[in-house]
Amino acid sequence: MLQLTTTHYLILSAILFSIGLTGILVRRNMITVLMSIELVLNAVNLNFIAFSYELSNLTGQVFAVFTITVAAGEAAVGLGILIALFRLRDTTDLDSARELEG
Amino acid sequence: MVLRHRIGKRAVSAIACGTVALAFLLGMGAIASYLRSAEHAAGKAFEIEVFSWVPAGLLAGARGVADFSVGMGFMLDPLSAVMLFVVTFVGFWIHVYSVGYMGHEGGFQRYFTYLNLFMGAMLMLVLGNNYLVTFVGWEGVGLCSYLLIGFYYDQEFPPYAGRKAFIVNRIGDFAFIVGLFALVQNFGSLRYSEVISRVLADPAAATQPYLLGLSVAGFVALCLFVGAMGKSAQIPLYVWLPDAMAGPTPVSALIHAATMVTAGVYMVVRSNVLYQLAPGVSQFVAVIGALTAIVAATIGLAQNDIKKVLAYSTVSQLGYMFLAAGVGAYSAAIFHLGTHAFFKALLFLGSGSVIHAMSGEQDMRSMGGLKAHLPTTYRTFLIATIAIAGIPPLAGFFSKDEILAGAFEGGHYILWTVGLLTAGLTACYMFRAVLLTFYGKFRGTHEQEHHLHESPAVMTVPLIVLAVGAVVSGWLGLPGKALGNEHLNWIHHFLDPVIAKLPAHEAEAAAEHGMSVGLEWGLMLVSVAVAIAGILIARRLWGGERGLQGDEAFAARFPAIQRTLENKYWVDEAYDRFIVRPLAALARACWKVVDVLIIDGSVHVGAFFAEITGDLGRLTTTGNVRNYALYFFGGLVLLFAWMIL
Repeated sequence: MLQLTTTHYLILSAILFSIGLTGILVRRNMITVLMSIELVLNAVNLNFIAFSYELSNLTGQVFAVFTITVAAGEAAVGLGILIALFRLRDTTDLDSARELEG
Repeated sequence: MVLRHRIGKRAVSAIACGTVALAFLLGMGAIASYLRSAEHAAGKAFEIEVFSWVPAGLLAGARGVADFSVGMGFMLDPLSAVMLFVVTFVGFWIHVYSVGYMGHEGGFQRYFTYLNLFMGAMLMLVLGNNYLVTFVGWEGVGLCSYLLIGFYYDQEFPPYAGRKAFIVNRIGDFAFIVGLFALVQNFGSLRYSEVISRVLADPAAATQPYLLGLSVAGFVALCLFVGAMGKSAQIPLYVWLPDAMAGPTPVSALIHAATMVTAGVYMVVRSNVLYQLAPGVSQFVAVIGALTAIVAATIGLAQNDIKKVLAYSTVSQLGYMFLAAGVGAYSAAIFHLGTHAFFKALLFLGSGSVIHAMSGEQDMRSMGGLKAHLPTTYRTFLIATIAIAGIPPLAGFFSKDEILAGAFEGGHYILWTVGLLTAGLTACYMFRAVLLTFYGKFRGTHEQEHHLHESPAVMTVPLIVLAVGAVVSGWLGLPGKALGNEHLNWIHHFLDPVIAKLPAHEAEAAAEHGMSVGLEWGLMLVSVAVAIAGILIARRLWGGERGLQGDEAFAARFPAIQRTLENKYWVDEAYDRFIVRPLAALARACWKVVDVLIIDGSVHVGAFFAEITGDLGRLTTTGNVRNYALYFFGGLVLLFAWMIL
């Protein structure tokens, strides 16, 4: 029977973080990018929880609650920006937002 | 100038001449009161300080000059009284003359503005009680000289001549300022009375070695003399004076004959205590003076422009004044300054009258026979010429003779000979000018001949007044010793308080007061003979109907000399080649290389780098959001790396 140690949680968190990060950097669709951001934030949450359990310190869990709240707010704002951009460009392609070019 | 078009010529003339007349009257009143005062009896001066300029304690901490102070002060003593009289009297009559001469010219108001400004600066120069106030006046007259020489600024040459005058003057001024610094450092003061008393209190200190192998007194004396060289047109800084003739003729009369150029002489006489303690420098002054006198006289012999002849004559006579100062005959120098002011101003104003009649022609080769058309001008001009030639009983004889006697008495026989020869040359070239202008046949155009007319009263009255002065002023300095009554030499005694009495020199003077009455008469006869010889030679060459044949004959006999003299020994050309062009090239190099290449260049390099950095930076602004996310992530990685490592 595999004993789940903190390390496993951390590795999972790292994998999730990497996937999310790759998604942010690589994906063209705005919605996918936002989803990847959520993934990153959740990975970070996992990390906090793991350490909180290991160190028997409630601070980690408290911070995780904070992170969830921030993620929610940020998702709302992000979607708002996305909708504005979509109405402007009629596409969800992130590369269409080229105003800052040059 | 601001109200130029609202004040008419009448008002300008009244104000300009009126203020000078007022200055004259007030000055004479002040002199009268001074002569009756206790200060004069005690050999002291009236002094007044209007305000404190550099208060004491300002230079605390500087070596030895902690209590240096300078005020805007003025003084009246015999020397400044003489100068005051000359400046205001001659100045007034030149102002009156100018009303007539400049009547038809444009810029009438501007002219009188500058002329009055000049009078103010000149009076400041001669009435200052310290070197700094004198220097303010010194610079002021230099400025007015520049403004007035370049008066006809729409022509090409006058502004150039004005710049030349100012720049050459500046060279002298630089030395003057260095002299002032040395004075402050060594005597802690610039006030004449304080400097003189401090030097007299400890003459040995003043003869301590200082700079350039000279003593303190010698260094300061030399520096001040170089300043005088520039202002009073001595070799090598005389080149601006002939070109200054580009200005209106009354300007030449006032500034470049009677007053501004005499400032250097005034200054040397004022500082006579220093020159007495520096025999080497005094000798130098005398030699330069004599050299200038004779060289300028030779050049004057070959000039065709009547004003140029007078300009070189001025340079030559100024040389006489410095010769006098150099051999210690300070009162003779001032005496000659005074008589010269009268007859030289008269000569210039007379030439102005001639030029006016000749519709602006200044070349004597186009003149001739004018004595019939311009009787008053002719007579006054002749009087002035006889005066300058040194024929008794007119003024020039007495003052010139004082100088020559002083040189002879001091044992400077070579200088005496040079002075004597110059006197002969003076008579010769001045009579050449008279003969070519007023005698013989008229050589000008018909148009000019029709226009010939005597000048109006406003111009001839000053001529007459100055002619009287040219005759009479010499009688203030009759050779007392020769005539058996020392007190006849009024001006010598009047100026005596100004000459510092150094103990060593007192003993010397008492011992060697040796020239016998017979010797004096002999010297006087010799100088008169030389003058008459000069006149006769002139008559032989240019008299009667011969006119220009004299010049041609001379040119035929001595072509090389004629060419050299005509080209003024090519001094201007030499200066141009060896000084002006290299300096201009240096200036251009400073401009093209230092300013444009180096200074502007370094700024451009900086801008270039800013541009490159910008271009590189611009590569990152792709506008692509995903790129920005990448940069985000990259920065994060770096941060972690830094934290871990």
